[in-house]
Amino acid sequence: MSRPVVELRGVTRSFGAPPTVALAGVDLTVDEGELLAIVGPSGSGKSTMLNIIGSLDRASSGTVRIAGHDIGGMSDAELSALRAYTIGFVFQQFHLAEGVTALDNVAAGLLYTGLPARRRRERAQRALEQVGLGERVGHRPHQLSGGERQRVAIARAVVGEPQLLLADEPTGSLDTRSGTDVLEILRGLHSAGTTVLVITHDNDVAAQMPRRVHVRDGRIVSDERSAPAGAAA
Amino acid sequence: MSRIDAQPVDETHEARLIPPAAPARPKRSVLRPGDLFSLGLHGLKARPMRAILASLGIAIGIAAMISVVGISTSSQALVKEKLAALGTNLLTVTAGTDLFGAAAPLPEGALASIRRIPGVEHAGSTATLEGIGVYRSVEIEASRTGGLSVAAADPGLLAATGARLLDGAWLNEATARFPTVVLGHTAAERLGLQQAGALVWLGGHEFSVIGILDRSLLAPELDTSALIGAPIAAELFGFDGSPTTIYERSDEALVDEVRALLPGTVNPAAPNEVKVSRPSDVLAAKNTVDQAFTGLLVGVGSIALLVGGIGVANTMVISVLERRREIGLRRSLGATRRHIRLQFLFEAVLLSALGGLAGTVLGWVITAIAAGANGWSLAVPPLVLIAGVLVTIAVGAIAGVLPAVRAARTSPTAALSG
Repeated sequence: MSRPVVELRGVTRSFGAPPTVALAGVDLTVDEGELLAIVGPSGSGKSTMLNIIGSLDRASSGTVRIAGHDIGGMSDAELSALRAYTIGFVFQQFHLAEGVTALDNVAAGLLYTGLPARRRRERAQRALEQVGLGERVGHRPHQLSGGERQRVAIARAVVGEPQLLLADEPTGSLDTRSGTDVLEILRGLHSAGTTVLVITHDNDVAAQMPRRVHVRDGRIVSDERSAPAGAAA
Repeated sequence: MSRIDAQPVDETHEARLIPPAAPARPKRSVLRPGDLFSLGLHGLKARPMRAILASLGIAIGIAAMISVVGISTSSQALVKEKLAALGTNLLTVTAGTDLFGAAAPLPEGALASIRRIPGVEHAGSTATLEGIGVYRSVEIEASRTGGLSVAAADPGLLAATGARLLDGAWLNEATARFPTVVLGHTAAERLGLQQAGALVWLGGHEFSVIGILDRSLLAPELDTSALIGAPIAAELFGFDGSPTTIYERSDEALVDEVRALLPGTVNPAAPNEVKVSRPSDVLAAKNTVDQAFTGLLVGVGSIALLVGGIGVANTMVISVLERRREIGLRRSLGATRRHIRLQFLFEAVLLSALGGLAGTVLGWVITAIAAGANGWSLAVPPLVLIAGVLVTIAVGAIAGVLPAVRAARTSPTAALSG
C-alpha cells in the first residue's frame, strides 16, 4: 500500500454571500506515484479542487493533507514553502517570462529555494534535457512552438523535483500532436516516480490516464481505475 | 483539533515520504538579495519607456532642487569670496538725528578721535557738500546733476574703504589744496570720462580730474561722488570740516569692541545721535533675501518631487494590476507574500532612485552651466548630491508601499484563473 500524497476529507469551498458552493464535500486520496486525471466540464469545481490541492486556496471546511501536512492551519510562509519544494504547477497558458531564455525560465522554478543562480541553471539544464529540450536552452519563448513552451513550463515545474505535479489543462492550448507529446512527457515523469495530477475537461486526455476522477457540481461522481496498461489505449 | 493531533503523524510521514537525497525539514521559501535585485531590474527592463516616463517626474523634481541649491551656494560662494577679500572689519559712522528729529552733524574732530581708539587701523571721512554739483562743462544746466554729489574727502578714505583706483591717483596733501577731483566709478561714467586728466565744472570752478575709482562694494555711495580735498572745499565752498560719514577699519578681532566705543568717542555729549553700521552686514543681508527665494524654489522642487512620487506609485499600481498572473505564478513557485511585497517595493525604489540619479546629474549640469555663464566657481555641496539620491530612495519606498501591499494581497490563484 502506497502512502497518500493528497488527502481530501469532506472538503467544501464556497464563495461570497449568499454562498455559491464550488465544492460540496469532496473525499479524495491520491497515493504516491499515481497518475490521475480530474475530469469535468467547466464550472464543475475541478479548478477549485486544483487550487485547494495546490495550496493556493483554502477550503471552507474539511481537512486537506498534502504530503502528510495538514495545510489548514499553515501560515502563508509555510504554504509557500510547500509550493516551493513539494508541489509543481503546469498551467494551460504556460506563463513563461517573455524575453527570458528557456534555461532562465526553468531556473525560475528554483528561485524561491534560495539556491545560488549557478546551481539553479545547472539543474534547469538537466530538467530541460529531461523534457527533450536540451538543444533549445538559449531560445526565448517567442522562438518556441506551443508544445515546446509547455515542455519548458513542465521543466520549470519539475526542476525542484516536487513530489506532486499539478497540471491544469496542460494540453488546452495545444494542437493534438503537441498535446500528445506533452502527455507523453507527463507519463514519463510518472514512471520516474512523480505523482502527476492532471485537470482536464477533455475526456480523450482523461482516457489516457490510469485513474479518472469525474467531478460535477462540486462533487465526485465517479472514480475509475483501469489497469496501468490502459495508458497505452 | 486535527493539527495538534496530526503533528506527530506529520513527522512520521515526513520521514518516510521524503526521499533520502532531499534535505531535511524545516524548509523555507528563500529569496536571495541578489535575486531580489535582478527581479526589480527585470521588472523595469520589461517596460523601459514606462520606467523612463515614471522616473522623469522624480528626475525633474530632484534636478530642480539640486540646481537651485547649487546655483544659490555657488553665488553665495562668490559673495563670501568677495567679502573675504574686502574684509568685514569696515564700520561706517554717519550723522544721526537728535531727539527732535533735526540732523545732528558729526563734530569736526571726530575723525581724529576715532583714530585714537585702540585697534583702529585706518579711518577716513567724507563730507557731502550740499548744493554743489559736478558737470562735464560749464554749458550744462545746473539742474542736470546726474544724481551725482560732491564731497570733501579725507586722504585716509582710500585705505579705510578699500576702494581702488581705476586710473590716475588719489588725493594727497598737495593735490587736496588745489582744484582737483577724484571721481567715483558711476560719476565718471555719467560724465563720460574714462581717464584722468580732463576738466570738469564743479561748483562754479574748473576742477582737474586726477583719478577715477573702481566700484566700491562696501561703500557704494562713493560710486556717485566727486571727491575733492578738504582744504580746497574750505577755501571755495566754505566747508566747516565736520564730516557726514566716517569710514573706519579696525583689527578684525576687535570690531565689536570698536563698534561699542565709536558713538561715545565721536560725540561724547550725545552718543545716541551717531549711527554706526557695518556695510558687510548689508551684503550678507542681501544674501539672506536670496536665501528666502532659494527656500521658495526648493519648495517648488519638493512639490515636483511629491508629484513624481505619486507618478511612481501610480505606475506601480497599474503594473501590479497588469502583472496579476506573474504574481500568481511566483506564488505558485513558492514566493511568500513578503517576497512579492519586497519585489514590488524594491522595483518602486529602483524606479525612483533611477530618476533621482538622473535628476542629480541633470541638476549638477544645470548648476555648472549657470556658474560658468556667471563666472562663479562651481560649489555644489556633496552632501546635497547624496541627499538627493537618498531622498528619492525614500520617496520610492513610500510610493511603493501601497502597490507592494496590493501585490502581496493578489490571490495566488491568479495564475490559474484565466
